[in-house]
Amino acid sequence: MDFTFLGESFLRLIGGVPLTLQLAFSSIALGLCLAILLALMMQSWFRPLGWLADGFVFVFRGTPLLVQIFLIYYGLGQFRPALDEMGIWWFFRSPYYCALLALTLNTAAYGAEIVRGGLQSVPAGQIEAARAFGMSGLTLYRRIVAPIALRQALPAYGNEVILMIKATSLVSTITLMEVTGLAHKLISETFRSFEVFFVAGAIYLAINFAVTRLIELAEHRIAPDLAQANRPAEVH
Amino acid sequence: MINGAQPAVTVEDLTKRFGPLEVLKGVTLTAHDGEVIAIVGSSGSGKSTLLRCINMLEIPDGGTVSIAGEEIRLREKRGGGREPAEPAQIDRLRQKLGMVFQSFNLWSHLTVLENVIEAPVHVQGRPKAEATEEALALLDKVGLADKRNHYPSQISGGQAQRAAIARALAMRPQLMLFDEPTSSLDPELVGDVLRVIRTLAEEGRTMMLVTHEMAFAREVANRGIFLHQGRVEEEGPPAQVFGQPRSERCRQFISSQLRS
Ligand SMILES: Nc1ncnc2c1ncn2[C@@H]1O[C@H](COP(=O)(O)OP(=O)(O)OP(=O)(O)O)[C@@H](O)[C@H]1O
Ligand SMILES: [Mg+2]
Repeated sequence: MDFTFLGESFLRLIGGVPLTLQLAFSSIALGLCLAILLALMMQSWFRPLGWLADGFVFVFRGTPLLVQIFLIYYGLGQFRPALDEMGIWWFFRSPYYCALLALTLNTAAYGAEIVRGGLQSVPAGQIEAARAFGMSGLTLYRRIVAPIALRQALPAYGNEVILMIKATSLVSTITLMEVTGLAHKLISETFRSFEVFFVAGAIYLAINFAVTRLIELAEHRIAPDLAQANRPAEVH
Repeated sequence: MINGAQPAVTVEDLTKRFGPLEVLKGVTLTAHDGEVIAIVGSSGSGKSTLLRCINMLEIPDGGTVSIAGEEIRLREKRGGGREPAEPAQIDRLRQKLGMVFQSFNLWSHLTVLENVIEAPVHVQGRPKAEATEEALALLDKVGLADKRNHYPSQISGGQAQRAAIARALAMRPQLMLFDEPTSSLDPELVGDVLRVIRTLAEEGRTMMLVTHEMAFAREVANRGIFLHQGRVEEEGPPAQVFGQPRSERCRQFISSQLRS
């Protein structure tokens, strides 16, 4: 293998890392907010809200992210006059915003299911104990329900974060120059797809290695007892 | 220990149904300050439901509950049943009741110590340092000082139940409610929990205790109540209720318990 070329490729592709991380983490942050909202809608006593949330999840989990990206970026271009009139064309003209929107909506759909699962896993007895001591409303949510749900949901959510980081590679299809986008460009210049994609893969691997460690750290902070119990040896 | 003339709890003509099933059919009882009331009865007789109605985890369909002389206000709900007229009143009165559940229900995301200070700090608004100091004393009392930084998943059932008792005591409740505190414990762990409850009884704490431990009930209680199909079938001094019951049903129940 040509190590000089690998090194050059690495230096080129590393320039795409900020965009990759920016897309991943903005969409994850926005998507999480939306996911929590959707999960609360699903639990709402006002049924139509729940149907709306269920419908959203059904659509965005049931269709490929790539199709969602194309639909938002290319598809909505067909409605340019109307979007122009509404004053939001600037948003849909930008591949960055379209990518961010598609990633956000997509992760929100998966996140909503994870958050809902976490909320449902909170044992009724523990909520009842809190109520028996006079706790209610927001305090009950903030002090008891949310932290227990978070403990349960964190491993699944960590998985979603990893998936999202990898999913950002799809936005190269709408001209964004993140790691994969730069890789395509470099290949079109050099025709050395193996080395370039090899380096691109290594970069994603390194990012996800770091992120996995961070998630493990978070799990340890939030649920030290579970983190310990999950470790194979020395369980009481 | 009598403070004022108001009984800790007064329950009058309490009724509760789950669908077609009438679980409580008019229960009346009073717990005076310093009294230990042991409630026994066969499975399904409504013992848990009675305790849960006292702190409004179940809303009774009829009758009244008063805590320290203050009646809990309920109002008719559209479509049947009742609901709290003023939820804040219930939150306030619940702080006077320390509930201990059969299944502990410790909060799994908090350590033993954090479990004990949670409600004093976040419901009663007490300073954390003060609550912690008091919690450590309580944990010491129930024999868990060395487990204070363990999570509920890391301790035994007997330890969890003693932690749950400390958690309830930390509210400085006027009345402790125990719903079969030893029923989900391995036999060898029951003793530690009963020892703690006995200490509380000796200190003169007001308690209502649902239990299947007849000998223990007879020993610590001032009064026994035998619940049968949602009614108080027999009530009186422990020697009577657990020894020579007047009612035939209670007699049968007691002898069946002694045999098993
Ligand atoms: N939330 C509920 N919904 C429907 N039925 C209920 C509910 N809670 C209790 N019941 C029923 O009410 C009856 C009395 O229940 P309760 O738990 O008060 O009995 P118990 O005397 O505590 O019995 P045990 O000794 O088994 O704990 C039972 O038949 C039970 O199935
Ligand atoms: Mg019961």
